Amino acid sequence: MKFSEQWLREWVNPALDTQALVDQITMAGLEVDGLEPVSGEFSGVIVGEVLSVEPHPDADKLRVCQVAGGDEVVQVVCGAPNVRAGQKVPFAVVGATLPGNFKIKKAKLRGQVSLGMLCSETELGLSERDAGIMELPEDAPVGQSLVDYLGLNDVTIDVDLTPNRSDCLSIRGLAREVAVLNRLQVEAPQTAPIAATHGEVIEVTVTAPEGCPRYLGRILKNVDLTVPSPMWMQEKLRRSGIRSIDAAVDVTNYVMLELGQPMHAFDRAELKGGIVVRMARPAETLVLLDGQEVTLSADTLVIADHEKPVAIAGVMGGEHSGVSETTRDLVLEAAYFDPITLAGKAREYSLHTDASHRFERGVDYQLARDAMERATELLMSIVGGEPGEIVDVTSEPHLPQATLIDLRAQRIADVLGLDIDRATVEDILTRLGLSIDQPLPEGWRIRVPSYRPDLSIEVDLIEEVGRVYGYDNLPVTEPVGALALRADSEAVRPLSAVQSFFVSRGYQEAITYSFVDPKVQALVDPDRDGIALANPISADLSVMRTTLWSGLLKTVAHNQNRQQPRIRLFESGLRFVREGDDIEQRPMLSGVVVGPNSPENWANGRRDADFFDTKGELEALFQLLGVQVDFAKGEHPALHPGQTAELFLAGQSIGWLGTLHPQVQKNLELNGTILLFELFLDAVLSGYVPNFKEISKFPEVRRDLAIIIENGIAFADVERVVRQQAGNHLTALRAFDVYEGQSVGEGKRSVALSLFWQHPERTLHEEEVHKLFNEVITALTEELGATLRS
Amino acid sequence: MENLEQLVQEGLAAVEKANSLQMLDQVRVDYLGKKGVLTQQLKSLGKLSPEERPAAGQKINDAKARVQNAITASRAALEKAAIDQQLASESIDVTLPGRGQDLGGLHPVTRTLQRIEDFFSRAGYTVEQGPEIEDEYHNFEALNIPDHHPARAMHDTFYFNPGTVLRTHTSPVQIRTMEAAKPPFRMICPGRVYRCDSDMTHTPMFHQIEGLLVDRNVSFADLKSTVEEFLRVFFERDDLKVRFRPSYFPFTEPSAEVDIEWGREADGTIKWLEIMGCGMVHPKVFEHCGIDPEEYRGFAFGLGVERMAMLRYGVNDLRMFFDNDLRFLRQFR
Repeated sequence: MKFSEQWLREWVNPALDTQALVDQITMAGLEVDGLEPVSGEFSGVIVGEVLSVEPHPDADKLRVCQVAGGDEVVQVVCGAPNVRAGQKVPFAVVGATLPGNFKIKKAKLRGQVSLGMLCSETELGLSERDAGIMELPEDAPVGQSLVDYLGLNDVTIDVDLTPNRSDCLSIRGLAREVAVLNRLQVEAPQTAPIAATHGEVIEVTVTAPEGCPRYLGRILKNVDLTVPSPMWMQEKLRRSGIRSIDAAVDVTNYVMLELGQPMHAFDRAELKGGIVVRMARPAETLVLLDGQEVTLSADTLVIADHEKPVAIAGVMGGEHSGVSETTRDLVLEAAYFDPITLAGKAREYSLHTDASHRFERGVDYQLARDAMERATELLMSIVGGEPGEIVDVTSEPHLPQATLIDLRAQRIADVLGLDIDRATVEDILTRLGLSIDQPLPEGWRIRVPSYRPDLSIEVDLIEEVGRVYGYDNLPVTEPVGALALRADSEAVRPLSAVQSFFVSRGYQEAITYSFVDPKVQALVDPDRDGIALANPISADLSVMRTTLWSGLLKTVAHNQNRQQPRIRLFESGLRFVREGDDIEQRPMLSGVVVGPNSPENWANGRRDADFFDTKGELEALFQLLGVQVDFAKGEHPALHPGQTAELFLAGQSIGWLGTLHPQVQKNLELNGTILLFELFLDAVLSGYVPNFKEISKFPEVRRDLAIIIENGIAFADVERVVRQQAGNHLTALRAFDVYEGQSVGEGKRSVALSLFWQHPERTLHEEEVHKLFNEVITALTEELGATLRS
Repeated sequence: MENLEQLVQEGLAAVEKANSLQMLDQVRVDYLGKKGVLTQQLKSLGKLSPEERPAAGQKINDAKARVQNAITASRAALEKAAIDQQLASESIDVTLPGRGQDLGGLHPVTRTLQRIEDFFSRAGYTVEQGPEIEDEYHNFEALNIPDHHPARAMHDTFYFNPGTVLRTHTSPVQIRTMEAAKPPFRMICPGRVYRCDSDMTHTPMFHQIEGLLVDRNVSFADLKSTVEEFLRVFFERDDLKVRFRPSYFPFTEPSAEVDIEWGREADGTIKWLEIMGCGMVHPKVFEHCGIDPEEYRGFAFGLGVERMAMLRYGVNDLRMFFDNDLRFLRQFR
């Protein structure tokens, strides 16, 4: 909320300069977001009077004016179309300085002398609106400094109120708060009830009292809305960020800013019959003040006449029933609308108005009558008119009830950690306008005023005590608690171990958005539909990722487009997969590798990373984590059909490693051989606790062999057969060479193996090793069709 | 015997002349070997009388020793020269770069999260996780943000369907943890959160870390010390000025926003920077989790991780965190 400092000081005027005042209310929880001067910085501008206006002899668009106000009447050439004789205007005399350090000097415009300048609101930094020369009221004192006349030594204070402090959405409420903090009294303008001068009343029917527990209406006859609202009111509105429209609208806005009660004025001639406050009927429409036509939903509270809706209650009035210059009789509305009924209504119609902002947060439910009298008084002083009786339709059972809260002295001490005496508590609460309904043995029964709907339970009052006492004045103590020891399982490795592993192997960690481009995801995970957001921020961030590859490949593109040939990235985070009616949110570990396997330098060679580089890294990771993962030939729609491994842990599929499918790569416009892996993080973080085995003191025996097998036979098959035959004391099996070429025949390859045996308790005999070795060879021959390479 | 001295002189000259270990060894064989010329002299002793033999033997042995010493000295010199030559030939340019992988790095958000987790883990806080697609009950209702509450509009929530949202904060993890166990609690909840907002200073996804301490005797004064100490440790500034400003969150009461000193104006007044929110757990939140607010009290605090990382590392554009540009990421290894 924006307000004028001067306006606030009319109500309460503490002995603080602007900055101190701003700091004080900020530290009381009313956070000041900004301070802005109410005009540009200028000097030498006075109230001038245009005595005469003649056409410029040599320029169609310029006029030659005689202007009074300075030391003598002077000639000023002016280009504004709205200048006319008799006008009071801001007049920058020769020697004046306008905002932007623009100096006014004696000048000649197309041969005519000009001694000064008539100013617009824009030129003085008063508004953005460019509507020609700013017109001052007829009674503006000619010759007076404009700064003094308009009281421009003022600032607009923008306070960012939290949603609970609806009571501070008015000068009255802010003044109350400042008065509390400075132990001052608020000087509120007094308004006496205004007696009716005629017997006409507006008929008001409320059929939805739960939404509108109180509705006040009053007729004001014979007003003259051609009279503008006075300069002082327009200025206060302007400094509060509200533009002057006409006297009726200005007064309702003014009362809202001053007291906090949103109001509305209808043209009585446009209301058919009386006012009905009801819920909207199906398919009812209404053209709003801003010109848009809306179709009302059935849970919308409306103000209607006997034929049709004329306003969305508490949000915005209708265009048709709004006031205009020709309006003769007004109907003024001041109501209390239920915040829950109005909640979300403005947003539903894409509206946010000063009225809806206040009603949604809660307006003082006892304020309507005061506001009605204040508005009537102000209006009559500007546009005349004859007031009628106030019609007051109140449903007491639906109005909020006065809140009583029991407050315990000990509880204050417990929550705030503060020893505070009862007198100080009572002082703070009564200054806030709360009253002690009755003292209780443990504390007090407190009555909350109607303007503080945010106070409903004991701890709300404790916060008020702490707030006024000052959070910075509250004590500081170390928390005390039981020192329970907490055990993490040794077998479960933390994510940070995995992160460190990849970092030490040259990977950068990436964090990509959890929502991705559905087009990219359809390429890398075509078999699954991503869960779509109802309100995405953009089309390329509209579905939840089913694989982290979607984001990682986009990151590859980003970096390849920025001359980064060598990319090694990993990411951990949730993927989101629909499982029937449920959503599976599972932590994944994923990575992408493209470009040279080692940083390019004199010693590293220039080889791009391939499948086995990345596989080796995963194998090392699994050693670190203590898990036995098997790699089997697999099929994945995003991966190269000949270079895809599915990962298995204890028979369960836990992920994938492979080369990106060339077609997918082309569609994504990526370069190089791109290796991808992704696996269930939770599956691999649980390893084992090491269990020591005796180290054999006896020699290890090694036997090598080379076999030729069909290409269709996997190394895993060779390994399986060898292990089946090699007995219990085989300690290692290594493939030390794999060769394909003419010498071994088309469609075949040679694999060279080393087998190691060692017995824990004795030296192995040459004959028994020989026997096992021969059995291995026989099995390889019989089961896999292998031949020994000579 | 007469030419013994001459033989020694010839031997010493041969040692002098030998410029390889091989030549030197030949000298040894020629003079001191079994058939070496000096060794042969010992055979002439037999022609001498028993009285003369010891003196003559001594002379021959002395002669042998002189040659042997010369050989030993020369051998040492030749060996040293050979090693020196080998070392010289094996010399490398040690200023050339090393071979193999270079180092990667953690994302600055992870790095920041790990630091924060470390601080609190040492104080006995557990690290809790929860779902990111969340139901409205855990994201809002249980946190005392009912359907009609104006705070809901301020959250700019991503929806899937009515009732299912992307969590707007990590607070639902606190609810889930409290629902599942009994107090006391000391926990932090780090993770991704989502708001439907994107501009210079907002990304639709960012990270929060929240802390919660629930016990029988917890006060706002305890909260103040925890937050102040955390901020001083995080920024490694013992004299960091911290202030608590009354504020409002539906799930805490009293609530506060925390500002830290971040520079000074020309006149010396402190420039304050809003850094986190905190407060005492609202009784309604406890009730939603089946905890008696008369028996237990708690405090909670929360902060934006990217913001902390930006302040700590001087990053000036929030969006860079999610571009994952390698030239950015490599600065945090």
